[in-house]
Amino acid sequence: MAAITSDSKERSDEQGDNICRIIGALTITRAASTQREIDSLADPLTIDLVGVERMDTVGAWLVHRAVRDRQARVIGASPEKQLLLDQVADADHPTRMRPEETNSASRALAELGDWTIEAGRTLVGLLGFLGAVILGMGKIIRRPKRFRLNAVVQRFDLVGVRALGIIGLMTFLIGVVIGQQGAVQLAAFGAEVYTINLIGRLSVRELATLMTAIMVAGRSGSAFAAQLGTMKITEEIDAMRTIGVSPIEALVIPRILAATIMMPLLAFYAMMMSLLGGGIYVWVDLGIPPATFIQRIQEVVPLTDLWVGLIKAPVFGFIIALAGCFQGMLVEGNSEEVGLRTTAAVVQSIFLVIVLDAVFAVFFSQIGWI
Amino acid sequence: MSEQPIITIRGLTNSFGADKIHDGLDLDVRRGEILGVVGGSGTGKSVLMRSIIGLQTPSAGEIEILGENMIGRDDADAKNIRRRWGILFQNGALFSTLTVAENVQVPIREYFPFIKPPLLDEIAGYKIAMSGLPADAGPKFPSELSGGMRKRAGLARALALDPELLFLDEPTAGLDPIGAAAFDELIQNLKQRLELTVFLITHDLDTLYAICDRVAVLSDKKVVAVGTIDELLALDHPWIQEYFNGPRGRAASAGLQKGHRAS
Repeated sequence: MAAITSDSKERSDEQGDNICRIIGALTITRAASTQREIDSLADPLTIDLVGVERMDTVGAWLVHRAVRDRQARVIGASPEKQLLLDQVADADHPTRMRPEETNSASRALAELGDWTIEAGRTLVGLLGFLGAVILGMGKIIRRPKRFRLNAVVQRFDLVGVRALGIIGLMTFLIGVVIGQQGAVQLAAFGAEVYTINLIGRLSVRELATLMTAIMVAGRSGSAFAAQLGTMKITEEIDAMRTIGVSPIEALVIPRILAATIMMPLLAFYAMMMSLLGGGIYVWVDLGIPPATFIQRIQEVVPLTDLWVGLIKAPVFGFIIALAGCFQGMLVEGNSEEVGLRTTAAVVQSIFLVIVLDAVFAVFFSQIGWI
Repeated sequence: MSEQPIITIRGLTNSFGADKIHDGLDLDVRRGEILGVVGGSGTGKSVLMRSIIGLQTPSAGEIEILGENMIGRDDADAKNIRRRWGILFQNGALFSTLTVAENVQVPIREYFPFIKPPLLDEIAGYKIAMSGLPADAGPKFPSELSGGMRKRAGLARALALDPELLFLDEPTAGLDPIGAAAFDELIQNLKQRLELTVFLITHDLDTLYAICDRVAVLSDKKVVAVGTIDELLALDHPWIQEYFNGPRGRAASAGLQKGHRAS
């Protein structure tokens, strides 16, 4: 096995140098220990390479930096080793390895500033995108031949039909949960029968639509962002533009239309599933038969509640598809960006949906649909 | 030469479903040479490289690299042999979340965790300089680099562990002619300085003429011929004739002769 001997007492030469004799392999495998050996010897230093059998660039680098920083003398280098040493010395340019660091207070401030600018830009960008979509729709209305019915119908299937299972299951369970929680709380006042009011009004007016919107944002909004983002990276969208097809007309509008049209249908279906879940719960737990449940629902849920739920739905669908397509079109550069933008699309659309929901709640109360 | 080849492939067979890509392929790579591998699209050049480096398990055949049989070895065992080669993938395959310097340090950290960060930085620094990247490239992310620089960064990472064997998958694809010629020169230089053996997949006739010692031609699921370009030209294989004697082949050959006369 190779070894390093370094004994300044025995082996100091006539000039009084410390000698580092390296024997065997001077390679990356022993880089750490060789470096320690060289560092442990005091100046002036001589490195003896006579015993080195194999040397790679890392080994040569260790010798080179000793020569560079400590003016070490190198003896016993064969021509090949000298060549390698020269080559490493050749590649010794001042290179920067790490980004410059700034102190943490100014960095935090800079990040806050960046974030604010970014948020502002996103908002302005989203408004601009909304404008582009409205312009595109205007063009399609003027020349209906450019409307892509096939693309829209395809999205119906993806956004609507394929979501039926998961949305049905989710809202059914929500109905059960409202019924169960309501029954427990109202039992304290002996008012279990009002559980039906709770189920009916909550489901129809608020929760069915909101839950459907959240599910559509997670399923379809993210899919839109990922699809468009991938097409952006593979330059499909650029190719489309050069051929003269507007990506807004061909890709964005069909998706937005599909989501806008499917959302009220899905929301209505979700309301029914939620009522079904609640109905089954009150039947099993409170012993209220389905006929009575349906009759009570008709009495306690005003028709305006249904309108409130159904009017919100297309607006939510529009916003979700808009945010998804907008984020997808923002993708640039690498595949990591697709993931980031997809996440941003979901977060942004759910946030916007909830903000709008609050606005709607105030609005409908003001016009007297209580 | 009586010396043991650095890569020996015997009877290699690769199939995807019913599709046979290679059928009984034999190939030797000699120590210290630059072997160019050419073949039409879909002849399995990349599959051959993936089989050699162990990313693809062949359905049959023997592959021996650096005197070690590579088929059926477990990963932990193969790791010590893998460290003796470096690979440049077609688009660089740099890790996009790491800077260039960190990319170069990944293999070193993996195999030699005891090396201290300052020395790691220095090693990455001279590897980056050797690959012909500018001094400020270290802290940049791959997405900030041009195609040619990304290839050079990929090469710096391939050279991180001072390999004996270098695999290059279409290194000059997508580079402009000046960049491609510079890259050829870089590979030639590094090969001489670091005593590398290079396995080079390419479509670039200029690269073949400029730096390859021998060329292996993949066709009909086999290596149909291996030799210097002059030896290949003497053969009567239709694909080889068309490849080297087509208009592009003649242009590359003429370019080389002009270069010789000039120097």
